[in-house]
Amino acid sequence: MTIRLGGIIAGLAITAVLLLWSLLPGAYSYAFDPAPEQQPSAAFYEHGHGPEGGFAFDGAFGKWDMAQLQRGYQVYKEVCKACHSLKYVAFRDLKQLGYTEAEVQAEAASWTIPFKDPTTGEMAEAPGKPTDYFPPVYYAGQGHPPDLSLITKARHDGSNYVYDLMLGYGEPDPAKAAKVGFEVPDGLYFNKHFPNVNIAMPAPLSDGQVTYADGSPNTTKDMAKDVAAFLTWTAEPKLVERRQTGWFVLGFLLFATTLAFLSYKQIWAGVKPKKK
Amino acid sequence: MSFAWAKQYEPQTALTKWLDEKLPLPRLVYNAVGAGYPVPRNLNYMWNFGVLAGFFLVVQIVTGVVLAMHYAANGLVAFATVEHIMRDVNYGWMLRYAHANGASFFFIVIYMHIFRGFFYSSYKAPREMIWLLGVVIFLLMMATAFMGYVLPWGQMSFWGAQVITGLFGAIPLIGEPIQVWILGGYAPDNAALNRFFSLHFLLPFVIAGVVILHIWALHIPGSSNPTGVEVKQESDTVPFHPYYTAKDGFGLGVVLILFTSLVFFAPNVLGHPDNYIEANPLSTPAHIVPEWYFWPFYAILRAFTGDLTIPFTGITLIPAKLLGVIAMFGSILLWFILPWLDKSPVRSGHYRPLFRKFFWFGLIPAMAVLFYCGGAPAEQPYVLISQIATAYYFLHFLVILPIISQIEVPKPLPFSITEAVLGKDKAAEAPRAGSVGGGDTGTAPEGSLQPAE
Repeated sequence: MTIRLGGIIAGLAITAVLLLWSLLPGAYSYAFDPAPEQQPSAAFYEHGHGPEGGFAFDGAFGKWDMAQLQRGYQVYKEVCKACHSLKYVAFRDLKQLGYTEAEVQAEAASWTIPFKDPTTGEMAEAPGKPTDYFPPVYYAGQGHPPDLSLITKARHDGSNYVYDLMLGYGEPDPAKAAKVGFEVPDGLYFNKHFPNVNIAMPAPLSDGQVTYADGSPNTTKDMAKDVAAFLTWTAEPKLVERRQTGWFVLGFLLFATTLAFLSYKQIWAGVKPKKK
Repeated sequence: MSFAWAKQYEPQTALTKWLDEKLPLPRLVYNAVGAGYPVPRNLNYMWNFGVLAGFFLVVQIVTGVVLAMHYAANGLVAFATVEHIMRDVNYGWMLRYAHANGASFFFIVIYMHIFRGFFYSSYKAPREMIWLLGVVIFLLMMATAFMGYVLPWGQMSFWGAQVITGLFGAIPLIGEPIQVWILGGYAPDNAALNRFFSLHFLLPFVIAGVVILHIWALHIPGSSNPTGVEVKQESDTVPFHPYYTAKDGFGLGVVLILFTSLVFFAPNVLGHPDNYIEANPLSTPAHIVPEWYFWPFYAILRAFTGDLTIPFTGITLIPAKLLGVIAMFGSILLWFILPWLDKSPVRSGHYRPLFRKFFWFGLIPAMAVLFYCGGAPAEQPYVLISQIATAYYFLHFLVILPIISQIEVPKPLPFSITEAVLGKDKAAEAPRAGSVGGGDTGTAPEGSLQPAE
C-alpha cells in the first residue's frame, strides 16, 4: 500500500511539474508568440529526384555498370580531385572497376604521392604504387572541401544527392529573392539542391568538360550521373557482392524456416486441439 | 526446481554416465532448456522473444569479438579502422552490418519481450525477481549500446557521447566533476574512446551473467502463460524439448529472414548518415539524435523544457535539464517497483477489461508517440505532443495501474491451462461440481487466482 501511495503521489507530482512548468508555457508561446522566422534561403530549396531512370545499381538486383564507373573515375580525376581527396580508396581497388593489373600500375604511377623522406626528413614526392591510397589534397581557398570516399553514405539518399547537387546551380528567381530579401553571400554560389542553397563550391561541371576515353556522351547530366555512380562505389565497394550474398542467405533461410515450420507442426500435432 | 512430473535426466552412454558423476553439465542443460523443463502448453508467439534475445546476445558477442580483432580504439585511426573492416577484411562488411543491425534487433526483441511482460503481468508474484533482473539487463544493454555507438568515431558517435555524458553534468554540485571523470577530459577524446571500448567489450559478458541469473530465477516458478493461471497438473505442460525448441526454431527462422533482409539489402536505414563523417569537435551536426532504440527515453528527456521555479520570485528549484534527466532515468527505474504498483491478482491482460483498454489505447499509443518525437527535431509541435505522451507514461504506471488494480472486476479465469486449451478439464469437475464445461459461470473465481503451490 505504501509503495502504491508513494507511486501515485510521485506520478501526480511529476505530471504536475511537466504540465504546469513545461507544457503550459510552451503551449502558450506556441499559440501566441510569432513563429520562429525561417531562413530566407529555405524558400529556394528544392528536393531533387536523382537521374531519370535511376542508376544501374538501384534495386535489390542492381549491378555496377563498369564502363560508367570508369567514366566516373575519369571525372573525379579530371575535375573533383582539384579540391576533394579520396583517402579511404587505394589504387589497387581500381581493379574492381575492370582495370587490369598493368593498367592499375600505370594509373597509380600517373599520380604523385607525398611522403616524408626518412633520410633527409624533408617532404618528397614519388609516383604512386597500387598499394598507395589516393593522396591528400591541400586546398588553399576558403572552406573545407569534404573527402569524397564516403560522401554518398554521409548524406541522405547520397547517390541521388550528388547527382542533383551537380545540376542544382543557377540563379535564384529575382522576383522571389527581392520579396524575401535573399542575396547569395559573397564567395558562395546558389544551388537549389544544397540544404541552405549557398554552397562554397562553384559549379564543377559544364557540358563537354571531360572527353571520355570511350566517347560516351558528356553533357553535364551524363557526367553528373557517372561521377555519382563512381562515388557510390567508393563509399560501398561491396554493394553488389553484399546483395548477391543476401539472396543466397535469404534462399537458405526460407528453406530452413519452412522445414522448421513443418517440424513444429508435426511435433505439436498430438498436443494442439483440433480447430474448435 | 521442477514440477513433480518433470522428466529426469538419464545418461545413456558410458561417457555421459561418467560425465554426470564428475560434472553434470548435460543434466543442467537438460533441466534448463531440454526435456526436463515442463512449460505451459498454451504459450503464444509472444513467448518466443526470450530465446530470441539470447540468440542476439550471442550474435553480438561473436561478431563483436571478431570486429575487435580489426578495430583500434584510438581517436586518430578509429574511423579509418572501421573503413578498413568494411573494405579490406574478409566479409568485414558483413560482420559490421550484422553487429550494427544486430544491436537494433536485440532491442526489437527485448522491447517485444518487455511489452509481453507488461500485458501479461509477467512481473507479478512469484516472478518478481525475474522481472527485476530483466530490468537490470535492459539497463546494461542501454549502456553497452550507447558505448558501442561511440566506437566508429563518426559525428553522431562524438556528439552523442557529448550529449549523454552531459546528462551527468546536470547533477547539482558534483555533476561536472562526474562528467569529467567519466570522459577523462572536458570533451570526448581518446581517453573516453578507450574506456568506452574497454567497457563495451566487458559489459556483454556481464549481461550474459545476469541472463543466467534471469533464467535461473525463471526456473523456480516456471514460465508464465497467456491465461495467467499457474500450472496445476501434468496435462498443463509439455516438455521444453522438443515442443518449444521446435517452436523457437521456427520463430528464429522468421526473425532471421527479417534480420538478414536488413543486413544485406538496407544495412544503413536504421543508422544516421552523419556517422559516416569522421568526428569533428569543431562542427556540430544540425540535429543530434541517438539511435532509434533510445528515442522514447530521449523524448522524455527533452519533454521538460521549463525550470521548476517558485512563481513570481525568480527562484529556481530544479533546472529543466535536471528534471529531464530525473524523468528519463525514472521512466525506466520505475519498472523496478512495478510488481508492487500493480496489485491485481489477475495476471493476464485478457481477463482484465479495464487494464486492457488502458494498455492498448493508452500505453501503446503513448510509447509510439514518444518513439516518433524522440527522433524528430526539438521543435513545436513535437515538443507539445511528447509532453502529453510523457505525462501519460508516468500516469499510466504510477497512478492508473495502482487504481485500476483496485477497482477492476476481472473476467472469470479458466480453471486450468488444460481447460483454456481444450475447453474442458476433467480435474476441474471434481472440486467444482457447480461449473459446467468450458464456460465458467462463477462470478468470483477466487479459487483459481492463486498459483498452484
